[in-house]
Amino acid sequence: MNWKIKVTKTITSLLTLFLSFNLQAQDAEMADTMRSEGKIYVVVSIVLVILLGLIGYLIFIDRKVSNLEKRLNENNH
Amino acid sequence: MTRSWWKIVGALLVVYTLIGGFLFNVPRLNIVNETVRALYFHVPMWFGMVAMFLVSTIYAVRYLKTPSIINDTHSGSFAKVGLVFGLMGIVTGMIWANYTWGSPWHGDPKQNGAAIALLVYFAYFVLRGSVNNHEQKARLSAAYNIFAFAAMIPLIFIIPRMTSSMHPGNGGNPGFNMYDLDSKMRMVFYPAVLGWILIGTWISTLIIRIKIIDEKIYELEDKSH
Repeated sequence: MNWKIKVTKTITSLLTLFLSFNLQAQDAEMADTMRSEGKIYVVVSIVLVILLGLIGYLIFIDRKVSNLEKRLNENNH
Repeated sequence: MTRSWWKIVGALLVVYTLIGGFLFNVPRLNIVNETVRALYFHVPMWFGMVAMFLVSTIYAVRYLKTPSIINDTHSGSFAKVGLVFGLMGIVTGMIWANYTWGSPWHGDPKQNGAAIALLVYFAYFVLRGSVNNHEQKARLSAAYNIFAFAAMIPLIFIIPRMTSSMHPGNGGNPGFNMYDLDSKMRMVFYPAVLGWILIGTWISTLIIRIKIIDEKIYELEDKSH
């Protein structure tokens, strides 16, 4: 009987150890308040506007270069 | 915008990454906390850099096989965009390191290796800028380009794995497994890598096209004089 108790004790202590690791991970400080208040959407929309602006500018440059290529090819013939 | 479907794919992927990167669930980890999201933005810069440098090296080999000016233009332009990616990778890394490791420059083997790799590529542009003869410049920089790529691989991928680096996936740590236990992060991370590579290719092709136009105008001016 004695060894059985020992084994169960070790297993439970190991389990609690793993659980406490898990709980520790669960308790890691995250920006939960910011998310629950919906303020994260403000950040996302601001960064999105900047990114879309830059992509739009890239498209604009691409079109301009295409235009230049066309003009140059017409001149060559 | 001819043959532009992949440009749209790249733009959409990066937009998706930004939304998913900020809003999707991430593992709750100590020390890194919410900054684990920086993985979506910091690491794709390095993947983008390696992809751009790889293409640059392929065109360098091509130039040495068939010395045409277009191969040199491709090689130089892709290296340029790769260097920009690398610089953004190092700056974003320093901001992240300051928060998680305690100081922006921690002497981490991967950080040092990346900095040395960037210096090797800086030298590439110094070389390109310092030779006047067009053909000589192209040939020298193509040969150096291959050396630079060969030097970058051990500096970034091999040496940090042999010593103890604090980057995940180094010094015996297994890949990204530490972060994406639930593999949810892969759903944002891989599209981010692909998206940034496509955006980088787009910018590179623009630089190449502008250089070709520049050369054509130069030829026209030569003819008219």
